[in-house]
Amino acid sequence: MRDFLLLLADNTQILGHRLGEWCGHGPELEIDMAMTNLALDLVGQSRNYYQYLAELEGKGRTEDDLAYLRDAREFRNCLLVEQPNGDFARTVARNFLFDSWHFFFLQALCNSNDERLAAIAAKSLKEVTYHLRWSSEWVIRLGDGTEESHRRIQDAFDHLWTYRGELLTPAPFETEAASAGYGVDLHSIKPLTEDKLADILYQATLRRPEDGWMQSGGKTGRHSEHLGYLLAEMQYVQRAYPNSVW
Amino acid sequence: MYSVLIPTLSGNSMNTKIQQVCISDLWNWLETVVDPEIPVLTILDMGIVRRIEIRDNGQLTISDLEGRTNANVPVNPENARLLVFVTPTYTGCPAMNMIGAHIRLELAAHGFSDVTVREVLQPAWTTDWIPESARHKLREYGIAPPEQEARIERLLFSEVSVTCPRCQSRNTEKLAEYGSTACKALYRCKDCLEPFDYFKCH
Ligand SMILES: [Zn+2]
Repeated sequence: MRDFLLLLADNTQILGHRLGEWCGHGPELEIDMAMTNLALDLVGQSRNYYQYLAELEGKGRTEDDLAYLRDAREFRNCLLVEQPNGDFARTVARNFLFDSWHFFFLQALCNSNDERLAAIAAKSLKEVTYHLRWSSEWVIRLGDGTEESHRRIQDAFDHLWTYRGELLTPAPFETEAASAGYGVDLHSIKPLTEDKLADILYQATLRRPEDGWMQSGGKTGRHSEHLGYLLAEMQYVQRAYPNSVW
Repeated sequence: MYSVLIPTLSGNSMNTKIQQVCISDLWNWLETVVDPEIPVLTILDMGIVRRIEIRDNGQLTISDLEGRTNANVPVNPENARLLVFVTPTYTGCPAMNMIGAHIRLELAAHGFSDVTVREVLQPAWTTDWIPESARHKLREYGIAPPEQEARIERLLFSEVSVTCPRCQSRNTEKLAEYGSTACKALYRCKDCLEPFDYFKCH
């Protein structure tokens, strides 16, 4: 349960942090606000998982300890969410790849035999519905937009494609979670996320990149160099001033 | 000049018994706590407070928002331990801590010192809980209330037609999926040309 909860918590925490980096830098005010609102939802979701894990552990660790006092090797998030924002197109492509998986994942997690997880999933799903809608609309707008926006979003998908495989490839603890009934069978959601992807790429007049060699390792703590830098910023205050509180 | 009403203990009431408090009073006090982001709605309008559990002399009484059950059961502020269950509108809603603090302050003002506010996620909050009376208040305030039943499939695929809260025109367009807060989208009326917030279905 521990690793599975960390996977869910870290995915949402790290992507939330990445989106937060856009605050004040969005291409226009409305987009800026949208991205910080998405970030708020994701960080809120991660808190639910961290809180649950802290309770299960019962060692007096809090949600803050879990977010701020672990090193990169202990993070279980998939590599996709830690990838840098790049330009707006790359952020949109990264979010869409994540959202089009996250949505169906949460739908399945609503059937978890763990009541608390099912409740968190049902709550999160409502928010992620809007996330998927937002990123889908932007993929279409950029893909079916100008020559430059089309090129940029296509480049973004080509670049990020290698991180998509990890979303649908279960780590041993996910297989265990699925067979114990509290997790999600990733094979069962694969066709749903593929259909969504095909539909949106088609509407966006984009080409589906070739499935080649896929990156992996995030779920077992082997991360890209980007996560260390992200954590250095995210954890700075707690590391510099231990035990400081609001 | 403003006149200020200060509750005073007149010589007479000093000797009479303190007026009995019952569960309906708790609800009436909570009715005065507003959503800090939409101050025209109370936390009861929003359906944020789900129920109150009152432990008084070993006796447990539960009162649900729906129907305000056990409203006439008396409560003693001196002994009663109150557990107020709230549900967040959005998981990352920054207003939740403030709402919890306001609940405790409001009840403390009426002599309840042992008040715990606890978050519940199930059933997940939905805009379907916002009653017509509150939708009316939203319109008056300039926010278009949620237009339809919140069902995931619908939210994902369909475009809603939103009525302008100022001129009632349905000739409106969405400017941004996320407005001033996560729960609102930004729309514009193509007839009166005013931008307005739309409270999204959730
Ligand atoms: Zn109008």
